[in-house]
Amino acid sequence: MTAVLEIEELSKSFGGVQAICNFSLCVEPRRIYGLIGPNGAGKTTIFNTITGIYQPTEGTIKFEGRDITGSKPYQVAQLGVGRTFQNIRLFTNLSVLDNVYIACHMDADYGLLETMLRLPKFRRTEQHLKDKAMSLLELVGLQDEADAIAGSLPYGHQRKLEIARSLALNPRLVLLDEPAAGMNAEESTELVAFIRALYEKFDLTILMIEHHMDVVMKLCQEIAVLDFGRKIAQGTPAEIKATPCVIEAYLGGEMPC
Amino acid sequence: MSGYVSGLLILVGINIIAVLGVSILTGFTRLFSFGNAGFMAIGAYTAGILSSRFGVPFIPALIAGALMAGLISLALGKLTLGLKGDYFLIATLGFGESLRVLIENIEITGGARGLANIPPRTTLLVVWVSVVIAIIGAWNFLHSKYGRNLMAIREQEMAADAVGIDTAKFKTLAFMISAIYAGWAGGLFSHYYTFISPISFALSKSAELTITVVVGGLGSLTGSIIATILLTLLPELLRAASVYRMLFYGIAVVLIVTLRPNGLLGYREFSWEWIKRLIAPKSGSSIEKGDAS
Repeated sequence: MTAVLEIEELSKSFGGVQAICNFSLCVEPRRIYGLIGPNGAGKTTIFNTITGIYQPTEGTIKFEGRDITGSKPYQVAQLGVGRTFQNIRLFTNLSVLDNVYIACHMDADYGLLETMLRLPKFRRTEQHLKDKAMSLLELVGLQDEADAIAGSLPYGHQRKLEIARSLALNPRLVLLDEPAAGMNAEESTELVAFIRALYEKFDLTILMIEHHMDVVMKLCQEIAVLDFGRKIAQGTPAEIKATPCVIEAYLGGEMPC
Repeated sequence: MSGYVSGLLILVGINIIAVLGVSILTGFTRLFSFGNAGFMAIGAYTAGILSSRFGVPFIPALIAGALMAGLISLALGKLTLGLKGDYFLIATLGFGESLRVLIENIEITGGARGLANIPPRTTLLVVWVSVVIAIIGAWNFLHSKYGRNLMAIREQEMAADAVGIDTAKFKTLAFMISAIYAGWAGGLFSHYYTFISPISFALSKSAELTITVVVGGLGSLTGSIIATILLTLLPELLRAASVYRMLFYGIAVVLIVTLRPNGLLGYREFSWEWIKRLIAPKSGSSIEKGDAS
């Protein structure tokens, strides 16, 4: 089975700062990967390089065997890579439904003429998109808030909405950037069940950045640890817990759990 | 109907078409342009020259003017839409002004003295049929994946990219449609006044179009239309106070923008529901302004 994502020898520097250094990772299909490391280790930079926001200084990135190094963000998304952002980026002034509705645009194959003349194909497609957006909202439990303004939702709901929006792309790979950020223990337990349910329902491959260790340990089957832009360890949650250099780099020498 | 009233209605109609274009660009895509008077000039001169010098019938000349504006916006968009916010604004401002100077200095446009003898073909009927087509066109365009993609760019460009929207392509599309609307309005303008000169399409005209959209409320087509009617008629209503009328106009704009920062109808469309809510604000839940950051 070919890997969903193959990152080889990836490096990225900003001027003199080496943000990522020779990072390689092979993401197998239908698994959940965790990317952990201290603040500033380069985790989000890796996400931004995969999704084409940054151009890598060196190295290649392949998605389902296709070289996507240097692709534009929208091209990567169109191939089937959905993502969320560390500091939630919703379409703030639009309704909850519209946030997902917009992301369904790739399923719409009508042209300008059909739009202007409101031909039957246009109406059919629009209805189909709306149904799809609504069913995604039901999936994340936001169906009753469909008409609310996205920016007015409570924080946890905004996170869920962002995940629903990324699922509208029919993604094969989803990148979650700190989905549990700002959540308390109870909320993050709920989030674990939520992500697992989505993972099973859509046969997803997930790569997530997360600081909540309980979330990472419960969800991820494979974890890569990053420190100063370098991968210092990779393995199953049990292996990672037992690796001394991880405890040193990430937890400052003490293991709280 | 007296000539004065029908003249005003024609002026309102022409302005509505030009403002709808800016509304799509600024209100729905959040791209500010000070070049749309330039696109009006392209439409006005192209249509005017075709019909006055080459005897082209009115409707084909009008379409040619609109298409010419669209074509030039496509080229300008390719060059400038990579620029971020303010820089794009400055680039369009430069375009509008240099176009005006260009028109003043070439022969076919009649130079600074203007282009005369354009046949008077713009009637009340032509204008308002145009307005209806323009409104339906804009409404249908915005209520589709195209319009939603533009709003996504307006709200959060990075997220728009992340859901697979080719932001450069859709910004170019918005820019082109706004230019076509401006060119269309320009063609109607030249065949109404029968005489045009570059001064009609100066920077102040572009500013006026943008002010109208902001007053009407960003992201609201109906807001733009209502604001156009108000701001076109306001100077006429104040005509009695002749010397002070532009002062009152300015004060009115400042008041609206300070008292209603989202414009008359920011991010909503006019509906009776909304009017009802406005009259009885206590009943039902009032929409609080969302704060995501």
